[in-house]
Amino acid sequence: MRVWLPLGAGLLILAALLVMAAVPDLLTPYDPLGFDYEALLAEPSPAHLFGTDQFGRDILSRTIAASRIDLQIAVFAMVGPLLIGSVIGLLVGWFGGWADALFGRLADIVVTFPFLVLVIAIVAVLGPGLINMYIAVACVGWVVYAKLMRGEVRVQRSADYVAAGQVLGFSTGRVLLRHVLPNAVRPVLVYAVTDMALAILLGSSLGYLGLGAQPPEAEWGVLIADGKNFFTTAPWISLAPGVAIVLAGLGFSLTGDGLQALLDVKR
Amino acid sequence: MSIVLQANAVERRFPAPRGLADLLLRRPIRAVHALSGVSIAIEAGETLGVVGESGCGKSTLARCLVRLIAPDAGAVMFEGQDIATLRSSDRLRFNRAVQMVFQDPFASLNPRMTVGAALAEVLRVHNIVPDADIPARVLALLDQVQLPASAAGRYPHAFSGGQRQRIGIARALAMEPRVIIADEPVSALDVSVQAQIVNLFMELQERLGLAIVFITHDLRLVRHMAHRVAVMYLGRVVETGLTHDIFEAPRHPYTRALISAVPSLIPGQARADAVRGELPSPMAPPPGCPFHPRCPIVMPRCASDAPSLINGVSCWAAG
Amino acid sequence: MSLVVRDLRVVFDTPKGPVWAVDGVDLEVAPGAVLGLVGESGSGKSVTLRAIARLLHANATVSGEVLWEDEDVLAMPPDRLRRLRGAEIGIVFQEPMAALNPVLTIGLQIDESLEAHTELDTKGRRARALELLDLVGIAAGGARLGQYPHEFSGGMRQRAMIAIALASSPKLLLADDPTTALDVTIQDQILRLLLRLKAELGMGLVLVTHDLGVVAQTCERVAVMYAGRVCEAGPVASVFASPRHAYTQALLRAMPGEGARAGAKLVPIPGQAPRLDRPAQGCAFQPRCTVSESACETRRPSMETDGDRRFACYAEARL
Repeated sequence: MRVWLPLGAGLLILAALLVMAAVPDLLTPYDPLGFDYEALLAEPSPAHLFGTDQFGRDILSRTIAASRIDLQIAVFAMVGPLLIGSVIGLLVGWFGGWADALFGRLADIVVTFPFLVLVIAIVAVLGPGLINMYIAVACVGWVVYAKLMRGEVRVQRSADYVAAGQVLGFSTGRVLLRHVLPNAVRPVLVYAVTDMALAILLGSSLGYLGLGAQPPEAEWGVLIADGKNFFTTAPWISLAPGVAIVLAGLGFSLTGDGLQALLDVKR
Repeated sequence: MSIVLQANAVERRFPAPRGLADLLLRRPIRAVHALSGVSIAIEAGETLGVVGESGCGKSTLARCLVRLIAPDAGAVMFEGQDIATLRSSDRLRFNRAVQMVFQDPFASLNPRMTVGAALAEVLRVHNIVPDADIPARVLALLDQVQLPASAAGRYPHAFSGGQRQRIGIARALAMEPRVIIADEPVSALDVSVQAQIVNLFMELQERLGLAIVFITHDLRLVRHMAHRVAVMYLGRVVETGLTHDIFEAPRHPYTRALISAVPSLIPGQARADAVRGELPSPMAPPPGCPFHPRCPIVMPRCASDAPSLINGVSCWAAG
Repeated sequence: MSLVVRDLRVVFDTPKGPVWAVDGVDLEVAPGAVLGLVGESGSGKSVTLRAIARLLHANATVSGEVLWEDEDVLAMPPDRLRRLRGAEIGIVFQEPMAALNPVLTIGLQIDESLEAHTELDTKGRRARALELLDLVGIAAGGARLGQYPHEFSGGMRQRAMIAIALASSPKLLLADDPTTALDVTIQDQILRLLLRLKAELGMGLVLVTHDLGVVAQTCERVAVMYAGRVCEAGPVASVFASPRHAYTQALLRAMPGEGARAGAKLVPIPGQAPRLDRPAQGCAFQPRCTVSESACETRRPSMETDGDRRFACYAEARL
């Protein structure tokens, strides 16, 4: 019961996000790029639920339209580190030795820097833009996945069913992929779901700073940045994208926690 | 009788992890002396009981015999060849001939594979039967360990400890082995279930002519099912011989102590005095005979010279 | 009788529903007597012991009577219970490493117990602590007092546990499978120690174990448990010689005995351990029993008394 409540709520939010990203045109009350000089900086009202910006664009419509990019960020900023980290973690966890020692030092160095600072530094070198942001995140984010995976693999490596696989003459590749990986991957996947919440926050932060998605690509962080000059006079411009970030983050976090609890119980 | 598997003077140490302080203080490398020159031979179709208390090295020996652990010195010989030197097809032949059943029935099965899939994997990887015959062979294997056909579709967690041990045995049998190394296969089970598994081993041996190395701390079981026994203490075989001889006329003082320490099922039976002292740490085995600090018939020589295994006993007093 | 247990029942409330772990247990322990409580996993033997000492967690509902010198333990107020546990009833657990506090020295842990239950001053307590270590066979007690549990071997830890339990000179010692984690030569030492202490200090002993051999060599009376019920109780010698419950008989036959020869088959008990979340309507052992009759399935046999023997089995006459 206590498992299903957060998981259900999380999945509900994610489903809504997915629908928004899939068919924004059906949901937006106005054209997200349509200027309306009759309603510049309009306060929230029944016509514009979250108000309009300085060009009269409907904030709600813009927020819904932006969800596609943010969802894309959530997925891509997670997948890169997940894949790289899992492979490295699997290998160093299994083989140990000098590669593992090297990995340990490298991981120590990476985690010494605050995550965001390191990502910003890399983006600053590569130049702003979403692709460069993904590269930067992959450069930094893999460490967490690799550490998680390495820890799990080391636990599984000493389990008797792995020894049994070796005695049965299975190749190392088979033991790793068919036996160790399926048993080690669960916490990594659970973390990946939670990590998507952080990815959205990161994407928005970089968007806000002008280092991530570039206008006119509407992204929640960019939308918030758009409203920053009007923060005292028209705070609603930043409100809807802000709420969207919070809800999306909540959705991923709740789902991640729920999955974790669910899988723990099953164990 | 022909020897199928043999350990020749196998030694194995496990170095203890060294901290920075150890390096700075130049402390000597400390190591667990798991095996200090163990030789045993397994003959076709027999059950060899390997018995001893914790730290005697019996589990390390089991893992050396199936090539999970490489000896530091000495060799395990299969068909006259050192198994460390076996390559590709020879190695697979060794794997098929020598299988293992593990102690913990909960840890030795992949929790994310159904029983049927686990058995089929073995059959497929080694092309033991044509793909079309795999389902039938899986059922035959389950039948051999007295599990119902419905077991194939279920995951390990749906089974009790005794049933899981049957699955582990079926998986070993899938390879059609000649030798099974069983490392404490029933010590996690209740007495009533233990007897089922012990009987299963004995039936399989009769039917398939398997040689079994039965590794255990339980002397009652060894006495019941082994043809020959090797008694281990702190990384050495201290006595070996026919089961009947070992139990009726033990020659090594440790064997005597071990046998008399097992509580008899006959109430009120008079017993010899308990052996004194603790099991020494395998990190720092005593010099000379490893049993000398606890031995009731210790002689001055025992503290300095280690006796070797001669005529099945390793003791200066057993001339 | 110093300890009388009447119709003890323990129900655990679990997320999956209630579990009837102890289901109407009657026991009696005379002053200075040794009662063995024997059974396999899930028989309720340890839960019974913990219920007697009121050590169960809040998810357990305990009913029935536990009379300690005519006083109901289950109704005792907390401060009376505290005095009872330390000063009158001592407890020794299965895993001494889990029961000892790893960050306190053995000396401090004994001292703690002495401080709580005796009037001794600091010097008196230290002297008594040394006396206790000597009593349980730990040599060089002075140095040992300053050591931590991890510096003790398994056997020494169990001795230290016993010393702590004895700190307040209890009249009854409850021991929950105290030798199951120990090697057989060390088990022998600890069992002899318990018997010596019992004789020297005149205390009663309830020994929970899964090993019939331990019962045969240590206990005067035995209660055999299965699925939360006592199926048979009586003097050890007569119960072992002529069991009067089908389960006791089956358990004795499933054990490899003294005269066992290699090749002889054991008589296993078929089937698996009973499910405690679905108590049987009739005899809990019926599904695995080879001598059951139709009444066994529908009606729970009641406890019959014949002299000093008690048993609950319809098939008793045919055993």
